Amino acid sequence: MSAPYAKLPGWVDYGVIPVVNLIVAFLVAGLVVLLVGESPIRAAALLFEGAFGYGEGIGFTLYYATNFIFTGLAVAVAFHCGLFNIGGEGQAYVAGLGVAVPCLWLDSSMPWYVVFVVVIFGSSLMGALWALIPGWLQAKRGSHVVITTIMFNFIASSLMVYLLVDVLKPRGSMSPETRTFVEGGQLPKLDWLFGPLGIDIGGSPLNLSFLLALVVSFIVWLIVWRTQFGYQIRTMGFSPSAARYAGMKEARIVVLTMMMSGALAGMMAINPIMGEQHRMQLDFVGGAGFVGIAVALMGRSHPVGIIPAAILFGMLYQGGAEISFEMPQISRDMIVIIQGLVILFAGAMEHMFRPAITRFFTYLGGGRKPQPAAATE
Amino acid sequence: MEYFDTLIVLLQSTIRVSVPLILAALAGLYSERSGVFDIGLEGKMLGGAFAGGTVAAVTGSAWLGVLAAIALAVGLALVHGFASITQRGNQIVSGVAINFIAAGSTVILGQAWFHQGGRTPPLVGNARFTTIELPFASQVADVPILGSMYANLLSGHYVLTYIAFALVPFTWWVLFRTRFGLRLRAVGENPGAVDTAGISVVWLRYRAVICCGVLTGIAGAYLSLAMTAGFVKGMTAGKGFIALAALIFAKWKPVNVMFACLLFGFLDALSIRMQGNRLPIIGEVPVQFMQALPYVLTVVLLAGFIGRAVPPKAGGVPYVKER
Repeated sequence: MSAPYAKLPGWVDYGVIPVVNLIVAFLVAGLVVLLVGESPIRAAALLFEGAFGYGEGIGFTLYYATNFIFTGLAVAVAFHCGLFNIGGEGQAYVAGLGVAVPCLWLDSSMPWYVVFVVVIFGSSLMGALWALIPGWLQAKRGSHVVITTIMFNFIASSLMVYLLVDVLKPRGSMSPETRTFVEGGQLPKLDWLFGPLGIDIGGSPLNLSFLLALVVSFIVWLIVWRTQFGYQIRTMGFSPSAARYAGMKEARIVVLTMMMSGALAGMMAINPIMGEQHRMQLDFVGGAGFVGIAVALMGRSHPVGIIPAAILFGMLYQGGAEISFEMPQISRDMIVIIQGLVILFAGAMEHMFRPAITRFFTYLGGGRKPQPAAATE
Repeated sequence: MEYFDTLIVLLQSTIRVSVPLILAALAGLYSERSGVFDIGLEGKMLGGAFAGGTVAAVTGSAWLGVLAAIALAVGLALVHGFASITQRGNQIVSGVAINFIAAGSTVILGQAWFHQGGRTPPLVGNARFTTIELPFASQVADVPILGSMYANLLSGHYVLTYIAFALVPFTWWVLFRTRFGLRLRAVGENPGAVDTAGISVVWLRYRAVICCGVLTGIAGAYLSLAMTAGFVKGMTAGKGFIALAALIFAKWKPVNVMFACLLFGFLDALSIRMQGNRLPIIGEVPVQFMQALPYVLTVVLLAGFIGRAVPPKAGGVPYVKER
């Protein structure tokens, strides 16, 4: 967006404005809590207590956050290229094949670390392939990536239901899921890491893919901000015509960025399949692909922002589950509302409070007059 | 005769499932023709269905339910309008947000108010729509072919069904034969020109978005007041996205929209019908294949392999007055 707004100090732009947007989103969510007749403050306290109050809660919070780091990075990478990948959900779903098939094939013959490597490769490959078609269609045939990725989410859902019900389900079983993997298909939990810190993650499914998520975040930062390809991605997102003028191959960048985005979304599948359930179930993604949109918007498409944003949503998921014990009126769906509000205020209306905040800082700054805020007509 | 009867039944359910698609796709047509992309059709429909179900259950009047559905959907549409027209935010992001807000709040509020697991109380009597028998339908039902078609296909639908089909030529008339329609299309192609002519781009787009809200509201009301007796959580089940696909498939033209929706509705009806049945040559077609077909067709169309779908030129771009 060409900024028609006055320039603000960096810490206001990247610190204050996102926080203000977030607070507004939560205030509106608080109104919904009031509307169903519960106390928003008590709900917030329960939420926080449930998410961070004890070791197992922290484990669950970080387990959910792992999913959202992957999907958030996926959306963010595409954002940098000016692409909106709504297909994280479908890409992660199909990538489940890249996790489940190697696990089913190797789990009894190989140790987990060999399978893990195969699975990282498999899931990112499947995710990338599922994103390749929309990317290619956008680059070569001019069909909008938003629409095609939405369509591909539905196609992925139908495909996976078919595969799970008719192909992967063990004979004689009723539930549409693969068989449970033996040791080779199970990632170790992270109790060895958190134990010495005095945190007992208990029965929570926090596993090695959390560390993978952190490593991948670093690699994404490296690629986007420290390589030639990353520079091309960002140029493309900032100004496609500048990229063309500089002789960059637009189609190639679009396709590769979408594949990278799909690969990141795809790796999310490792966490629930190999890390928690040790089998592939129907609908294991559970909306994480869409949460990625909120996470990327809140984290301003930077890994340093995405990780805390993912942990915040992990907190909402875990704490939200805890609240529903105490307040039966408030179920998991409360998070869906919050997610929507965050997307609305941090994404679609991100500039709503900017004129006011600019005026405030101009007032504070006294003499240092910024350029006139042209947007306030 | 047996095949004919099967066909009639199939076409009848095609009409039934096509109605919300037609209404939602026409809603999207108004919005997108004015340059405001809307992937929040699903959310507005769901919100409308919930408001309709709730008000009809409380007041006992289906028509009040429809009004409430329209009011809520217009409210959500205005949020989308505020974000994408006034705030010049990203229209896709805003649409996604509205889908989530609607999906979450309908369940939370439904559970808090009615304690039936996210449902509204089942509607009886005047609180829901009943089918309308056209005159002489029962008398001519025994006449082969034509009588049966009249009795089963033309007669015996909800009043909202007739409204939906009437809205197709009406929308065509509005868009292509009125001044408002001309301006609406112009603002979606070249808002600068409209602005130069001294017409407010913002107000035009807001009106388009309100039209979109009204129609998605009716679509939602059809789901909860006619097709089923009451609101069930998540009852739109992706219909908003199928409608979006149909809108693209129809290349943003009203009459094409109707046929696209009937086609997608037919696929839906067929997939329900064929569940477990075997086809003569192909064998059993997985039901998931039929469900995915509308989306696959839309992708193929978008890719330009069968014709070309060109969206309104200014779609998705917020209008900034030159200064």
